[in-house]
This record gives sequence, structure tokens and C-alpha cells, in this order.
Amino acid sequence: MLGFLIQRLLQAVAVMVVISVLVFVGVFAIGNPIDVLIAPDATQDIRLDTIRRYGFDQPLWKQYLNFAASLVQGDFGRSFVFNMPVLQLILSRLPATLELTLVAVIGATIIGVPLGMYAGYRPNAVSSRAIMGLSVLGFSLPTFWIGILFIMGFAVELGWLPAGGRGDTVEVWGIQWSVLTLNGWSHLVLPALTLSLFRMALMIRMARAGMREAMLSDYVRFARAQGISDSKVIFGHVLKNISIPLVTVFGLELAATMAFAVVTETIFSWPGLGKLIIDSIQSLDRPVMVAYLMLVAFLFIMINFSVDIAYAALDPRVRSGRT
Amino acid sequence: MTAALEVRGLKTHFFTRSGAVKAVDGVDLSIERGRVLGLVGESGSGKSVTGLSILGLIDHPGRIVEGSVRLDGQELVGLDRDASRRVRGRRIAMIFQDPMMTLNPVLRVGTQMSMALRAHETVSNAVVRERSLKALGKVGLPAPEQCLAAYPHQLSGGMRQRVAIAIALLHSPSVIVADEPTTALDVSIQAQILQEMQRLGAETGVALVWITHDLAVVSSLAHDIAVMYAGRIVEYGPTADVLAQPRHPYTRGLLDSVPGEAEPGEKLAQIPGSIPALIDLPPGCAFRARCSRATGACETMPEIADIGGRLARCFHPLEAA
Repeated sequence: MLGFLIQRLLQAVAVMVVISVLVFVGVFAIGNPIDVLIAPDATQDIRLDTIRRYGFDQPLWKQYLNFAASLVQGDFGRSFVFNMPVLQLILSRLPATLELTLVAVIGATIIGVPLGMYAGYRPNAVSSRAIMGLSVLGFSLPTFWIGILFIMGFAVELGWLPAGGRGDTVEVWGIQWSVLTLNGWSHLVLPALTLSLFRMALMIRMARAGMREAMLSDYVRFARAQGISDSKVIFGHVLKNISIPLVTVFGLELAATMAFAVVTETIFSWPGLGKLIIDSIQSLDRPVMVAYLMLVAFLFIMINFSVDIAYAALDPRVRSGRT
Repeated sequence: MTAALEVRGLKTHFFTRSGAVKAVDGVDLSIERGRVLGLVGESGSGKSVTGLSILGLIDHPGRIVEGSVRLDGQELVGLDRDASRRVRGRRIAMIFQDPMMTLNPVLRVGTQMSMALRAHETVSNAVVRERSLKALGKVGLPAPEQCLAAYPHQLSGGMRQRVAIAIALLHSPSVIVADEPTTALDVSIQAQILQEMQRLGAETGVALVWITHDLAVVSSLAHDIAVMYAGRIVEYGPTADVLAQPRHPYTRGLLDSVPGEAEPGEKLAQIPGSIPALIDLPPGCAFRARCSRATGACETMPEIADIGGRLARCFHPLEAA
């Protein structure tokens, strides 16, 4: 098990190095940030001075080495636009995105998995068909449309919930959280719901498929032949078996939602990372883009790593296969 | 003496979109304590469905439409879900074919035994452990403690099937239905399990219904044998008699299909054709299309009748040799 962990950790480091190169080259090969940074009527002296100050006069490989060296030290550079350290900038926006995605994905799982399990346990019931119908809607309706519809319905027509923004926050460990205030929740509900619908549909489908397959399996038949009640068969025998694919999807969706909550954040003016990256791309704020991409890669790697550990915890065959 | 298990006129049909599949269509069986009944037939003959029906494990779209299953005199057909569940595992147990699949891969053997035990009794952890160890010892597992802590994939196929048998024995049931429990095992392991079951049957007095397609297995194990074809029993009697002098042409065909009797190079005997689809089965003997002795009389279903000391369902039984 320890060997497996070390091996995965080394792989993660290698992946991060490769991604840093790709991201750096990809981002630095496009556009000329100088045009964005200085006024068009600036003198040649100011222009050269700015180029020197940001290190754009050096060859690309040298710029990368500088970049990588400072990266290792936790220095992602300064934002061109905000003129503040990128790390600080991103960390100030990260909690908003983090709480939005966590609420959306965990909510989708808590609601979607039991619904899917029920639909798989009673595939012919009317309620199961209704659940599956809803999941088709969740899959097919585009996020931006649902978001706008929610704003129209709940914020404009009914006036129950605010249309955007983050609301009141409470500071814990120096970070602003809105999940801790009632007002914050009222701002959180609509964007979280918008984000979670697709994930919920996915969880329903996965849980249903797993449940249907498991209910026909020999170990369930044997458990039922022992006179174990259906509820104990489901929660004692089946749940742990079907959790394995669910954990994978949960991990992937958590990372994907975090990285691509852009549309929802824009619609609800949620001051998270998605809005920051859109603004940065528009102003060619390279350090922010690079740091953001590195962060997303890091999140994916960490989440996949956790999923691997969860696998080992759930499935003894994985455990023994890798020691 | 009442039979441990008495099945009368059992009919289990599956209601599909294209019509009713009569998987079991009028089966009578009777077995006493300490005896072994071999239920023999090809795939699709309805033998497994018979076993599942006895335990009340038939799911939608299937249903027991008629008949009675009595366990120590108590009627099981028509019991509500919970009453039926309370009988299962406690007074009648079942073991299945593939020991690879019947144990839950992600739970320790001990956890699974504890769940089986607690399905019917409220017992302390210490008692669960003690009784699980006893059951594992009874089926001849060499290191019960290690086995209790093991996951199924850490055990061999034979050991897994022994664990399944130990689980079936936990509540000392009157009847065990064994659905091809040795088919997936190596021949040497198969012999060990058969011997073990024979010993357990004699020791505990459990009545055993042994479902198989392998005549060699039943010949060494079963006291009685019932041959099934297309949802019905075609021949039923003491094993030695039926195997030595089959009266139904189908039983004869099955026996001839066993390669052991043939010389190398000699063409193997086989029953022409295959088992008919059980949906919209035409009236009359279901075997007549494959039978060399069939006549016009076979277009009505023959009743099962006493022919030379056993029951057979045939208008033209084979002569006693």
C-alpha cells in the first residue's frame, strides 16, 4: 500500500512538471501582453522598461526556468492587471468557487444516489419512471438556460431569492465563507442548484445502473436466500459494491465542476475563480492564467489520488493487488 | 412421518411481453430428512426455477401460479414477504453454482456470516463468532479463524463453496436446496464437496435437493432422482433403478450422452435437437419431437404413472432389460 502511494505521488509530480511546460509554452506563445499593459501612446522608453521589468526580453526557456523556480517557491508572479501576487489573488477567490462546487456536487450526490438506487430497486414503479424522466431533463437542459430560468422565476417573478452576488460572509481561518450565514445560503442556493442538476442526473443514472446490476447478481440472490431483508441486502451488501463507480464519478465531477463553473459563476455574478479566469483571458493576464491552469491540474491530480485511496478502502481486491 | 419437503403441482410461470413462459409446469417432489434427491435436467428444463420457487425467490415477472410447497408440513406458497423471508435461511437454505460470485467480494467472510446469522436471531458478537467458527469447522475448513477474517478472493473456489455451505448450515435448516454447487469446481474438489455433503446430510439429518445436469454426480450422492424436461418431471424413482434401467426415452438419451461409456473414436450418442422454447409449448409430450418412439398418441400429455417401481411420464416406456 505504501509503495503504491509513493508511486502515485511520483507520477503526480511528473504530471505537474509536464503540465507546467505545456501551460507555460501554450500561454506565452499567444499574443503580446505589452500591448495590454501599457497605454498605446507610451514612449519607447516606458515600453522597454516594462518589458524588462516583466522579463519578456529573455529567451523563452529562461523565462520558463525563472517561472518554474519561483513556482517551486510558491511564487506564481504578480498579476499584470491587479498588480498583486497571483497566489494571493487566486486564494482570495478560491473559497467562493470551492463552497459553490462542494455544495453543488455533494448535494447532487446526497439526493441523486438514493433516488437512483430506488429507481434501480423498483425499475417498473411509476415513481422510478418519473425519476428517470427528471434525469433526462437534467442531462439535456443547458446550464446557462437553467440558470437564467431560475433567476427569472425565483429572483424576478417571485422575489424569494437574490439574483446574484455572494451575500454576507463570515471569516473563519482568515477566509470568507458564505455557507455559514443564512443570507449567504440564500445567495448560494440558485447557483448551486443550477450547477448540481447535471451532476444529479449523472448520479441517478450511475446509481440506478449499479443497483439494477447488483440486484440480479449471485451474491444478492444468495443473501436473499439467507433470509436477509431487502433493506439490509441493499445497505449491507449492495451499497459498498456500487460505491466504487460512484466514487470515481464523484471525484471527476468535483474537479470538473470546480474548474468549469465559469458559466454559472458568470450568470450569477458569483465572485469565484471562473469569473477571474474569464477576466484574465480577456486582458491577457498571463500569470493568472498560468497559475489557474496549474491549480486546476493540481486539483484533478489530488482528487484522482483521493479516489484511488477510496478504491482501496472500498475494494479489498484492489488493496491486495497492489501491495 | 411427514416429509421434510413436499412439493405438489408446482407451476411457476414468467409473464413476458411475448407470452407466458411455463418454466415449471406441474412438479411433484417429496423428500424426507437425511435423504438426498437429485433433480436432473438440461439447461432450461426448469430445475433451477423449481429450486428458487421452493424458497420463494421468484421475482417479477415470474410468479408461482399454482401448487403447494410444504416444509415440515407448513405451507410456504402464499406466505407474505416477511413470513417467507423468516423461513428462508432459517428452515430452508440454498447454495448456488458459482462460489466466485455468491459471496460478496467486498465483505469479509465473518461479516457475511454475521449478517446471515443476524437475519434471524439477535445475538452478541461473541456468539456470532463462536457459531461462525463452529459452522466453518463443520464443513472441513482447516483454519476457521483465518477464514473468518479473509475476503472471498483470498480463498480458493472449493473453500468459498465450503463457506457458502457453512452459511447455509448456520441455522440448522431442515432442507438445503443446492443448485449445481460443484459444477464450477475442479473434479477433485468436486469429489471432496460431495463427500462432505454426504457426511453432513447423514450427521445433521438435513434433507438435500441437489440440482445438477451431471448424472455422475447424482449417481454417487442421491437416494432418489427426478429427471426434468421442459418444466415437468419425466421420470422419478430410486437412483439405482432409474440409472440402471431408465424407462423414459429422455433419461435413456441423457445416460447415453455421458461420454464415459463410449470407446475412443466411437461416435458419441446424442439426443437430436434441443430443448423446446417454453413459450407457447404445443400440447402433448414436450419430448416427442426428439423421441424415436413417438407416435400419434404422444400429442396428448401422458400422465406420470408407476412403471416398474418408479414414476415415468411416457406412453411408450422402454422395456425393462
